[in-house]
Amino acid sequence: MTVSMWSQARSVARRDLIRERRRGEVLWITVPFGAIALLMFPLAIGTDARLLEQIGPGVFWVIVMLFGILISIRQAATETTAQRDALALLGLDPAAGFAGRSISAAALLFVFEVVVGAVAFVLYDIPLIGIPWLFVILPLVALGLGMLGSIAAGVVAAGHSGAGLVPFLVAPLSVPLLLAATQAFEGLRLGRPILNWVLLMVIIVLVLAVIGTLTARPLQESR
Amino acid sequence: MDPVVVLEGIGVRIGGDTILRDVELELARGETLGLFGANGAGKTTLLRLMATLLAPSHGGGTVVGVDIAGNDYTSARPSIGYVGHTPGLYGELTLRENIRFSASIAGIGEAEADAALGAVGLAGAADRRVEATSHGMQRRAEFALQLARKPRLLLLDEPHSALDAAAVDLVESLVERTTAVGGAAVLVSHDRERVAAAADRTVELKSGTLV
Repeated sequence: MTVSMWSQARSVARRDLIRERRRGEVLWITVPFGAIALLMFPLAIGTDARLLEQIGPGVFWVIVMLFGILISIRQAATETTAQRDALALLGLDPAAGFAGRSISAAALLFVFEVVVGAVAFVLYDIPLIGIPWLFVILPLVALGLGMLGSIAAGVVAAGHSGAGLVPFLVAPLSVPLLLAATQAFEGLRLGRPILNWVLLMVIIVLVLAVIGTLTARPLQESR
Repeated sequence: MDPVVVLEGIGVRIGGDTILRDVELELARGETLGLFGANGAGKTTLLRLMATLLAPSHGGGTVVGVDIAGNDYTSARPSIGYVGHTPGLYGELTLRENIRFSASIAGIGEAEADAALGAVGLAGAADRRVEATSHGMQRRAEFALQLARKPRLLLLDEPHSALDAAAVDLVESLVERTTAVGGAAVLVSHDRERVAAAADRTVELKSGTLV
């Protein structure tokens, strides 16, 4: 029986989310550390409310990027060689594997964004403007970082370059996403149009989807 | 009838080390092969090569009729069942969730997956997390998956390790089911006596060479 790519992707995403629910690494380790990192900035620069409000969105996105990449790489890189072999022999479409891992990482990142965002809102007194846009921006960044982490984990798993290559792969691709997200938030705060920044995020996500899909097979089959 | 496996002059080099050299092997339909060798002789490498998980550095051949050095080697995989000595299960998932997950990837129904778990005697432990089960139970679960998949080529690496007497019978039953319908099986083991009794033929690897 032939299984569709999306059906396989759904199974992989479901597996990852069940594993995370039982391990609780994101919920009980990464989220609290993200919140603590947000707390460090006001402690370091004092209680200048105006300054905190200005830097708040930028600090939030830097923390989302740093912790987000850790979450998505960790999420995608926990498979052992035996597990990868088993999946290959079961006929897992490499693109389905990439899609499933990216979706599960994006779901976890979205939770991370919401919880840490709430902490940032309280600590930095960020005004809640343009809330509907948050339902576009937060999932886009989560999806972009999820795919980026899946690609990076695939490179590590392929074993040719090891983890040393990850920063060179992740940094140039995550910076435009970070820039667009920060500028979109800044635009919302200042009442400027943000459509161009959102479109940039959409383009980055699409580029990552193409890169991830095209590299999934060579990375899985680097036998 | 076409053989299930044909290997011609196979060599495998990994990181500058020669693991297999000039391996010639043919496995007929219905045949069970016992493969022996000391640690590091290349037994697992040969199994992984037959499973298409490893490419030959030189030489060639076919597995279930598919060229292992060609571009289309992955098309052989649905017909290959490989149980390595490290289980490929997920510790946080239950045995049932593991088998159902694998079944969903392979296009096997949940009822069939559950029935296979029952057939290997794991119905009562199906909802136990893998991390809370013994190595022997994990191996049984992997055999259950192969029961459900019905591969044409069954590759078992140290299939008898960590198994009780009932599970050893299970391995033999799995091999018989595969070979009875024209498939073939390869058993890698240090247990010469047991494998020799189950196999039609035995071969030995010494420093990467079949003797």
